[in-house]
Amino acid sequence: MQDIHELTIICGIDKSGAKEDVEKIRICPGEIIGIVGPTGSGKSSLICDIEQLSQGDTPTRRKILINGKAPGRDIRTDPRKKRIAQLSQNMHFLADMTVEAFLRMHAKSRDRNSNTVERVISIANTLTGESIQPGHQLTILSGGQSRALMAADIAVISDSPIVLIDEIENAGIKKQEALKLLAAEGKIVLVVTHDPVLALMTKRRIVMRKGGIRQVITTSTGEMNVCTELVRLDNYMMSLRNTIRQGGLVEQAVVV
Amino acid sequence: MKLVVVAGTPGSGKTSVLMHTIRSLKQGGTSPAVVKIDCLWTDDGKRFERLDIPVRIGLSRDMCPDHFAIYNTDEMLQWAREQDAGVLINETAGLCLRCAPYPDGCLAVCVIDVTTGPNTPLKVGPLLTTADVVVATKGDIVSQAEREVFRERVNEANPGCRIIEANGLSGQGASELAEVICETPDVGQELTLRHNAPLAICTLCTGETRVAKEHHMGVLRHIDGFTEYRGE
Repeated sequence: MQDIHELTIICGIDKSGAKEDVEKIRICPGEIIGIVGPTGSGKSSLICDIEQLSQGDTPTRRKILINGKAPGRDIRTDPRKKRIAQLSQNMHFLADMTVEAFLRMHAKSRDRNSNTVERVISIANTLTGESIQPGHQLTILSGGQSRALMAADIAVISDSPIVLIDEIENAGIKKQEALKLLAAEGKIVLVVTHDPVLALMTKRRIVMRKGGIRQVITTSTGEMNVCTELVRLDNYMMSLRNTIRQGGLVEQAVVV
Repeated sequence: MKLVVVAGTPGSGKTSVLMHTIRSLKQGGTSPAVVKIDCLWTDDGKRFERLDIPVRIGLSRDMCPDHFAIYNTDEMLQWAREQDAGVLINETAGLCLRCAPYPDGCLAVCVIDVTTGPNTPLKVGPLLTTADVVVATKGDIVSQAEREVFRERVNEANPGCRIIEANGLSGQGASELAEVICETPDVGQELTLRHNAPLAICTLCTGETRVAKEHHMGVLRHIDGFTEYRGE
């Protein structure tokens, strides 16, 4: 399998059919790119275009190139050859299977050893509150548990050089840990987010409006400083959240 | 002329996927005609007519809808030829999971809804196992992992098939399906079913696989609604 050294988005059209304001975006391994914009502005569609390696055959008419070339059909469709992992906004599993049977089947579809199953479950349990058991039915898992399992599954079974993440902050799981888990070194990572901490942790961010890409902003030094401050605040919020979740009191907390 | 037979469980998105596929076929210069078979009622004819193509509706009423589609295949093909169509797309009602309405020489397309869960490909039977193309719809509603598990199950049930992930809303997958249709050879003369229908009381049920009208007995309904009894 050839290495991926560049992912290219050739832009298409927005919801009104007008050309997008950006022509082309090149992304290299090791880069984390944010995707921001109001709800309904086309952030998830952009992620889906990349997941499908669209070739002008979706409503956005975008083309996705790998190493400057249109990928072949088997790379686009066969999970054994696909080099893209996606954490979508879906919060629930619909499959009527146990956690273990599902993960085994998924490992098979990606040509992975089935001993990865235990690892997925133990990693998922570091992200979520109440632990997931191998014998649990997928459909009874909570939104947070499902999301944690999906994230761990991506880190282990779908481990791919391109990772797409859609609103990881929405599931009540530890978002910074989850991002660290998914955005391993040397990967191309795209993160759809409304969260300022996550948005400013990226190197560049794509701004969406009305279904089209409007601009690409490089995170400035000033923004990085804001980000450091936000991370501190966010950790404080998290610690408060944790205390409240555990039934504790926060009267002694100091405002930072 | 080519024959495409599209089957799948109700609500799986057959019509929506076909709408996009027909647009794509027309853009590529192929002229499709559609026959939609349903049991009691359908307004899909209106949807297809918006695409400005020849459309015909067949309601099977109290006849088995798959038997009705198979029994009327020759008539449908002749009608499509009269419309100067390059491809006849027959969308079946596809309710009975025991049989499969695909003759040899057609492109057999099974449309299946991913949200019904990864055990569904094992339940659907010959409708899926004898299909050339399996179109998996509604994948946007589940996680990537679940889509991939579903795909694996389809592969287990029908190892030779081509799987197309499609979205009836956005049109994803439609151009790929149109491409496969264009690569399909023209339909032959003596059509035979790929799989025999269930054992019961009609000619197909007793194992008849020849499509031509003279081989059928019992209470038979023509596509124009005329019903006759043939036999002893």
